[in-house]
Parts: sequence; C-alpha cells; structure tokens
Amino acid sequence: MTLPAFPDAAPLDGLLGGILIGLAAALMLLGAGRIAGVSGLGARAFGLSDGGPPRNAAWAFITGLPLGAFIVVLASGGIEAQFTGFGPILLAGVLVGLGTRLGSGCTSGHGVCGVSRLSQRSIVATLTFMAAGIATVALMNAIGLEVLP
Amino acid sequence: MNRTALVAGASGLLFGAGLAIGGMTNPARVRGFLDVFGDWDPTLAFVIGGALIVMALAWPIQRRMSAPLFTGSFALPDKSDLTPRLVAGSALFGVGWGIAGLCPGPGFAALAIEPAKAAAFVAAMLAGMVLARLVAGRR
Repeated sequence: MTLPAFPDAAPLDGLLGGILIGLAAALMLLGAGRIAGVSGLGARAFGLSDGGPPRNAAWAFITGLPLGAFIVVLASGGIEAQFTGFGPILLAGVLVGLGTRLGSGCTSGHGVCGVSRLSQRSIVATLTFMAAGIATVALMNAIGLEVLP
Repeated sequence: MNRTALVAGASGLLFGAGLAIGGMTNPARVRGFLDVFGDWDPTLAFVIGGALIVMALAWPIQRRMSAPLFTGSFALPDKSDLTPRLVAGSALFGVGWGIAGLCPGPGFAALAIEPAKAAAFVAAMLAGMVLARLVAGRR
C-alpha cells in the first residue's frame, strides 16, 4: 500500500514497525517494570548513569537492538539506509548524547512511553525535540546545507 | 542471566526489529519525516502511531498490576516538574536528530546495518553523555 500524495512513504511497514516497538516497550513495562528508554538504558549499560535497571539488563536490551535489526536484514535480504557523512554524524552524536541526558530521555522513553502515559514532562520534551528537529532540517535546507549523498 | 536481563534482551530484540522494519534505521527517511516544510515523508508518523496505540493499551494494564510479571516491583519515573533543563536538553537532542537523522535507538540498531557510521554515532553520543555528567552532575 502507498499513499497517493506521498509515493515514497511506506505506511504499512511503518505501522508494523511501530507495533513491534510498542510491544517491545510493553514487554519491558509489564515484564520487567521498567521504561524502555534507549538513552537511559544506553547510559546505564556504559556506566554513565547511576539509576536504572541492573547493568546486565541494560546491556541485554542494548545488545538486542542491533540483533533485532540484523534479523530483519537477514529475513528481508537487506534494508535501505542512507546515512550522512562522518562529520554530521559525530556532531549529531554529541548533541544527541548531551541533550537526551539533560532532557532525561529520547524518542523512545519520552516519545513512546511517556506520551502514551500522558506524562506532562514527556509531552513537553517530545514537542520540543520534534520542533527542534523540524527547525534544524528546515534551516539546513534553507541555507542549502545538503548532508545526504 | 537473571529474568530482568532476559526480558530486557527480548524487548531490545523486538525493539530493534521494529526500528528496522519501520524505517527508523534509515536516516534519509527520518530526515524526510522532519522535512515538513519540504518533501515530507509521513512514514514515521505511522511508526509512532503504531507504538503509541500498543502502549496506550499497556498503561491501563500496568495500573491494575501490583508487580511486573517477571521481577519484584515497578521502577517508573515519578517526576512531574517542567524544568528549563528538560526543555534545553530536548532542544539540543532535536537539533542533533535533525542534523543526522539518528536518535539513540536507531543509532544502536544501525550497528547491524551501517557499522562504521553507527559506531561513530554511538561513540560520539557516549561522549555527549559524559559531557552531560560533567555539566549537570552525576545522576
């Protein structure tokens, strides 16, 4: 299925992927009693957070991410991915690491888990990082800064 | 491996598969979603929508449970104050998200797809997390 106005969009893949992400977060919540927030679990796994679940649990979650993606790659015979160059990646990485720790969460913890819980903090955080992301892309396009090959 | 780690590992596996299927591990698609004033790609709205539907069903179930299925007790965030730090941090994160089209989950998941660039992103992200501890203290 495609959307007539957006021929490049993949709505069914998106919905299926989203449902799997929701099930993953629900398993973490109802099974282990924790928020499936990747920035927090990542920090915990690497010893950069004093709170959170036992470190081996954080490691197990973080290790599962590329393994799950790898299974999809194997099953589908490769998936499309277009990355920016190393410069933008390194700059973005530092901003993402700094910002998610100061802001106590990212797309998963705030955007999925917190928003669905109707947490005011998460709703504010999500609106803020969405707006900042949209503004950043718009600004880069406006000044002709092309980062994708 | 204890039960918490097993549940977390299974959750991470499902999460990573969902990110890959939904297109979140493709930075070009993520930036297309953020490009609302240009050539907008709505795919990620379906990803977020799908995840929110499932979690909107999970929270009412959680509220009726006295303990998680496989571990001792729930350990959930209980803060409710809106702070400048929350907003400033989220804004910095959003700028980074817009520049490269990667957030933490897809950064880790993409290690299986574009290893060198994903590793560079993860390393830089960890450096940013160290920086956050330096400017804001341990937590």
